[in-house]
Parts: sequence; structure tokens; C-alpha cells
Amino acid sequence: MGDGLVSTIAVDGLAKRFGDVQAVADASFEVFEGELFGFLGPNGAGKTTTINMLTGLARPDAGKVRIAGIDCTGNPKAAQHLTGVVPDESNLYPELTGFDNLCFCAALYAMKKRERTTRAQELLEMFGLAEAANRKFAGYSKGMKRKLTIAAGIIHNPPILFLDEPTTGIDVASARQIRQLIAGLHGAGTTILLTTHYIEEAERLCGRIAFIVQGRIVRIDTVGNLVQPMQEKHVMQFAVSNRDNALPGKLAEAFPSLTFQGLVGGLIRVEARETINIGPLVRFLEDEGAQVREARRMQPSLEDVFVQITGIEAGAMRKEKEKKGGGGP
Amino acid sequence: MKWWIPFWNILVKDMRAYYLKPPNISWGLIFPLAWTGMFFVRSGGGLESILSILPGVVVVSILFGTTSMLSVTVTFEKKGGSFDRLLLAPIPLKLLMLAKTSGAILFGAANALIPIILAAFWVDLSQAAWSAVLPAIFLLAVTSTFLGLFIAVSVSEVFEAQTFSNFFRFPMIFLCGLFFPIERLPVFLRPLSYVLPPTYGADILHGAFNVGNAMPLPMDFALLILFSIGLFLVSLRNIRRRWIA
Repeated sequence: MGDGLVSTIAVDGLAKRFGDVQAVADASFEVFEGELFGFLGPNGAGKTTTINMLTGLARPDAGKVRIAGIDCTGNPKAAQHLTGVVPDESNLYPELTGFDNLCFCAALYAMKKRERTTRAQELLEMFGLAEAANRKFAGYSKGMKRKLTIAAGIIHNPPILFLDEPTTGIDVASARQIRQLIAGLHGAGTTILLTTHYIEEAERLCGRIAFIVQGRIVRIDTVGNLVQPMQEKHVMQFAVSNRDNALPGKLAEAFPSLTFQGLVGGLIRVEARETINIGPLVRFLEDEGAQVREARRMQPSLEDVFVQITGIEAGAMRKEKEKKGGGGP
Repeated sequence: MKWWIPFWNILVKDMRAYYLKPPNISWGLIFPLAWTGMFFVRSGGGLESILSILPGVVVVSILFGTTSMLSVTVTFEKKGGSFDRLLLAPIPLKLLMLAKTSGAILFGAANALIPIILAAFWVDLSQAAWSAVLPAIFLLAVTSTFLGLFIAVSVSEVFEAQTFSNFFRFPMIFLCGLFFPIERLPVFLRPLSYVLPPTYGADILHGAFNVGNAMPLPMDFALLILFSIGLFLVSLRNIRRRWIA
């Protein structure tokens, strides 16, 4: 990417250290106008710190930031009128109603009273919160809070939006609705930088994705390009009863051209460069006393790419989701 | 950018959300009343002693009213994350902090008027130099508010802000010449009095209520203004260093 595209967010060599921890190290990337760019990584990878540095909530130790062509490195206020930020925690005022919260946020961007009222009502309708408009924010459910926080982030119609873990910790239905809203904003031309640790969410929504691990960006590419090398592989998954833990090792010895991996729940994953002939595999497994219940051809996903590039098991990412309280894709 | 829109709305929001809440209104009423009563009883004098304790009560009402509120409107909001929303808005930090402190300044000034109104029922205040009293109340409210801001941005928790506030507030009651002259303090404590802003506000009020002031009025006003500017600038620097680190 790059030719003919307008760079909306340009980051070069961004770094941030907190004590002994290098939160972000030499991060460089560009987000183009109208793009939905994903920042994918586990908790503590440096996603929020990066967003904080881009939006003016943290000062970088090194590096440069340009937003909409404005050099914000030393003066983050310079581009704040162009950006909307949805933080990972809902941070509206609990004692104000949903409507008043939105009107207050609009006033922070110097919107006039009539404009504020109209826009607040419009967003409450759009986010399905019109009936709760006059209820205090403190009484909202998690999903409603998240939706109102997103509405507050776009109250001034920003052309650039930073979304930090927008669906973390909320119920499945709300998460789905929020993803639809994000897709709608992207469709309307908003440039979006989205951080998430939900791989499927990034895959579904984002055009390009940066993998970030321990503060370092390890890969940036389109979803298609990331998955492409994996698609050249043939992957099968066997569901096996009475599985012996040594079975993947025995299979590897017997079929050296194939790669085997034992998974939880009696699953065995097989990868190969060429078509996998399942007959000999099934016979071998049965000779070893295992019963093959199912053999399924797998489509390689972004999750496979993430695991391959970062070395982080998808299971660990799922545990993080569970710890945060569900709401996954 | 029409700066007055965010400024006004931040002020109104804080007024509605914090200052005009019944517990704070009652705090604003009961506290000055309690101080007035306590010092009146302690003075052991007749009604004429009201005039001598009035400046001290006014200063204490302002000091406690303002510093208590900043720990809520600033420290609490920072802890809860909603202060970040203000930092993300395209408002210069100075303007933002002026908006956040305006409510406390008004609250402090309103607190100061309560003992004066009460005193007016008992003693003749017609001889008071109101042209000095009102600006002194305003400047004291500003200085105390910025002292509260300095405290609020130096800590992370609301309880820390309250504890740290008391570290300043209670010594000030005794060191700033509010209820007895600085000259009666031990010599080694007197320099401390002169580095505490309420000393100068109390001095103006003592003069204005015909109790007698120790320093020239222009110097008192100038020092209060200098304290206000200094505390505000140090608070801004602390916000940049601690909260936008």
C-alpha cells in the first residue's frame, strides 16, 4: 500500500518506557485515509500506550507522530479537533444522563447548543439508546456504557477515530452491534485505528493489521497477504478417542513429510505442503488403538498466522478474553 | 475555536455534578457556621469580639471549602478516567484547568459570604472597607483553589488528597494570623507564616474590618496574586509531568 493513498496517521520510531518496562519500542506504521487499521496483540503488548501517545495522553520518549499532516510530536493538542478517542474503559460521567454526557462531550469541541442537542439525539437513536437517554450513565449496563462511550467519541464527527478494545468485556449481542457500528463508520469514510486482542474481530473488520508483541510491531500487512502463505498449506484436523499423548510424536516418525500437533479435546492437527492422504493416517491411528471420530479439512485463519508469527498460542489469547469477561466475536 | 463554550460547560457541569449537590451545600453552610460558633465561644468576649474573629473565619471557610472540592473534581475524575476525556479535547491545558477550578473559586467565595452575612445580624459592618474585602475574598478563593489544585495533582487517590490538604490546612489556621497576631507566634515559626498565602488575605481582611493590618495593602494583594500564579503554574507543570507522562 502507499501509492496514491493519503497518509492520515504516520508514526515513526515511537518508543515509550515505564521504569524497567519498554512498553513500546521503535514502532513505525502508517494508516491511510479511510482505512480501518488493526492493532492486534495480547494484553500488555503496548496497544493502549501507543494510542495514548498518538492522542496526547502520554508523551513519547522517542519518535515522531503526524496526524492528518500535522506534526503532533511536541504538541498533541494540534490535531485533537480531528480525532475521536474511545478508551478501553468507559469514562463518561456516572452522575450525568446519557443525553447530558453526549451534550457535554460535544461542548468540549465547542459545538453550539442546538448542534449538540441534535447530534446527541441522532447518536442515541443510532446506538439504540434513545429510551435510556434520560437515565444516569451509572445505571447503564456494560454494553450500553460501551455504546455511549463510542457515541461520545464520535460526537464531533471526527475524520479519525481511535478505538481501544471496543468490544472487550461486553456481552456477545452488544459486541456484535458495536462491530456493525464500527463497520458503518468505516463505510462512511472514517479512518479508524482499532486495537483488539480478538483475532477474529481484527480479521473481520480490518483492512490491514499490525501484530504487536512486547511493545514491538512484528508484522504489518493486509489480512489477505497475512493469510496467503498459510493458504498454500493443507491443514486437517482429526478428532480422536482414546488418544495417547505420544501419538503426535509417533505419527511424525511414521509420516515425516507431515507436521503433527496434539490439541486439547483429543484433536490432532496435521499440516502439509501437499494434499493429505487420510487413508494411511486413519489406519495408523486405528492400529495404535485410537478411534478416529472425524476428519475435517481446515481453512487457515489469521489466528494461525498470529500464532506462527508471534509464537503466542491462541489459547492464551482466549484466556485473556475470558479474564476480561467475555464478549468475544 | 470558541473557547468559552467548553469553559462554560465544564464549569456548569461541575456545578451541577458536585458543588450544588445537597451534601456540599450543607458542607458550605455548616462548616463556616461551626467555625464561627467555635471561635466566638472560645474568644469569651461579647458581640464586639465577632469583628475580630470574622476575618479568620472567612479565611478558614474559603480555605476548607476550596481545597476539599478540588480533590473530588480533579483527583476523583482522574482516578475514574473521566479527566482523560478533558485532556483529549482540543482545549489548551491552561484553559481547561481554569474551567475546572472556576467552580471551586465561586464555591469558596460563596462560603466566605456566609460568616459575613451572619455577622451582619450582630455587629455593624457598615464601616468595613468593602472595596478591599471583596477583592480579598476573590483572591483568597483563587489562591486557596490553586493550592487545592496543587495538592490534587500531586497525588493519585482522593484520600491522599484529603490527607495532604490537612497537612497544609491545619497549620495554616494557627500560622497565618487568622485568630491571633503573627507577632505572638514563637520567633522561629514566624518565617513560616510569611510563606503561607492566607497570611496576606487575613491581613487585608483584618484591615478592612477595622481590626488593624500589619502590612501595606498593595503588598498583600500583590503577594496573593503572585501565590496564585505560582501555584497555578506549578500545578500545570505537575499535570504535564505526572498525567501526560
